[in-house]
Amino acid sequence: MILADSASSSPWHFWAYFQDHLDEDLHLLWDHVWLSALPVLIGLAISLPLGYLARRYRWVYPPMISITGLLYTIPSIALFVIVPPLFGLKSLDPLQVPIALTVYSVALLVRVVADGLASVPDEVLQAATAMGYGPLRRLISVELPIAVPVIAAGLRVATVSNVSLVAVAGTIGMDNLGRLFDTGLQLSTPVPYYPPIVLGIVLCVLLAMAFDLIIVMGNRLATPWRRAVAAR
Amino acid sequence: MIRFESVTKQYPDGTKAVDELSLVAPSGEITVLVGPSGCGKTTSLRMINRMIEPTSGRIWLDDRDASKVAPAQLRRGIGYVIQHAGLFPHRTVVDNVATVPFLLGHDKREARKNALELLERVGLPQHFANRYPAQLSGGQQQRVGVARALAADPPVMLMDEPFSAVDPVVRDQLQNEFLRLQGELGKTIVFVTHDIDEAIKLGDNVAVLRVGGHLAQLATPAELLSKPADPFVAGFVGRDRGYRALGFANAGEIPLAEEATVTVGAELKRAKDVAQDGWVLVVDGARAPLGWLCLNGLPGDALSRPVSESDLNLGGTLAHQGGTLREALDAALSSPSGRGVVVDTDGALLGSTTASAVLAIIESRAAATRGSADPVAEEAS
Repeated sequence: MILADSASSSPWHFWAYFQDHLDEDLHLLWDHVWLSALPVLIGLAISLPLGYLARRYRWVYPPMISITGLLYTIPSIALFVIVPPLFGLKSLDPLQVPIALTVYSVALLVRVVADGLASVPDEVLQAATAMGYGPLRRLISVELPIAVPVIAAGLRVATVSNVSLVAVAGTIGMDNLGRLFDTGLQLSTPVPYYPPIVLGIVLCVLLAMAFDLIIVMGNRLATPWRRAVAAR
Repeated sequence: MIRFESVTKQYPDGTKAVDELSLVAPSGEITVLVGPSGCGKTTSLRMINRMIEPTSGRIWLDDRDASKVAPAQLRRGIGYVIQHAGLFPHRTVVDNVATVPFLLGHDKREARKNALELLERVGLPQHFANRYPAQLSGGQQQRVGVARALAADPPVMLMDEPFSAVDPVVRDQLQNEFLRLQGELGKTIVFVTHDIDEAIKLGDNVAVLRVGGHLAQLATPAELLSKPADPFVAGFVGRDRGYRALGFANAGEIPLAEEATVTVGAELKRAKDVAQDGWVLVVDGARAPLGWLCLNGLPGDALSRPVSESDLNLGGTLAHQGGTLREALDAALSSPSGRGVVVDTDGALLGSTTASAVLAIIESRAAATRGSADPVAEEAS
């Protein structure tokens, strides 16, 4: 209750709240950062071979897309809760949230990888094979580089969506920006107390924008050939 | 040399794309596979570099059995050019060309240097080197495709409709440059097309395939035109066969008439003095023909002005001494004066000929052939 006394409860005083609780908030922000990013990276690593299979063997594509699509419909709260028993973890294990979010990332990215590989023109594949590329080398040095724009677009969706899903995990007690909502809720009795809630929203949005910017820049750096097309 | 030995490709559903194909594509020559769609020409081509595996039969590259060589290794020794070029969009032109040398682990600087020379060789200025394929026109992309296939200097090249997707003018240009390049390089080339005119223009040998993957005829272009093996080949080779065959017959010494000329800029009055049948040939300072001038119907008071290039009729084609009968006949037929203009290798005027003079050569040769040749040749045309 000292908190509530020390700062105004106006929503616009979130910055004062941030400064008053700098250490704790930065800690929450950092946890949010890696909880959002790491599952996307692991998810991408898992999706690459799965997406390749879905592209390589046509009959794999429909079931793979259906199953991964269904995974995404599991409510996040429910997934957080059932991950520990499924993977033999204790409740609130540090791996609980990354595992659940990796599942979501895979759900989004398998399709993206498969579609990205499908975006490589057929005559390019043929030419690569006829030049003497083996399947793996062709994948790494021809197909994936050409699929980068499609995959990057998927990564943007997966990352931004992860930033918001991580916050949900805060409400079950994991350290991240979601805790700010929890704090705000607890401090809102008997009168509403907004600053931590607004701060949580602002930091989540800024974080999502930062990730998005990083991916867009990375995509630009990896695909100079696409700008060359636009400049024509 | 590439040799097909009873090669069959049958798909699981029983359709035969290629049926017992046996043929030889000699070293250093262009062998064209031509036929309607579904004749198995592309399938045959792709069996050479094992993009498709034959169901039975063997394909020999000189004394190597293709099926005994690891696919990737085999392909790095065989140049491959396809329709739309299939360039790698994410690599610059120079890196596209150097693809196979990179794959073979050659020194990158050296490979790029060679790639630049190759670009020049296929007629692309070096400043294209650092562009991306999407910044090039279709014809330019196809040149890069040819350069890429040549980069590791493979003895064998496979070309699958490489010039089909570009407009007719560019296609003609690419074909001519391809022939010039082949004259320098002497690769063993198997070339697939559905266009019989392209086959006849480019091929040293032409294999006509019929639907179902049967070889209908393997012959030189001239033979294909004069002696089609059966009605299918005759129909596929098409109309104007007799006329097109003249394109393979050397005209030899064409009897020439002297042609009076005026130089551009001379007075029209002088042109009127030397004109025959109302027409006079106008040449430039190096005696290269520019066009025909018609003197009939010119008002009398115009005769004092000089001959200008805008007065000329440009309808006539030029024949070269030592060229083909087709060229000579066409020069005569297309000339507005009825006199076909014949020039030397430098393009300077030698004289003129007429359609009846060229026809006399054709007639006398045909009479000589009739005396000796088998009667089938006559019946087919």
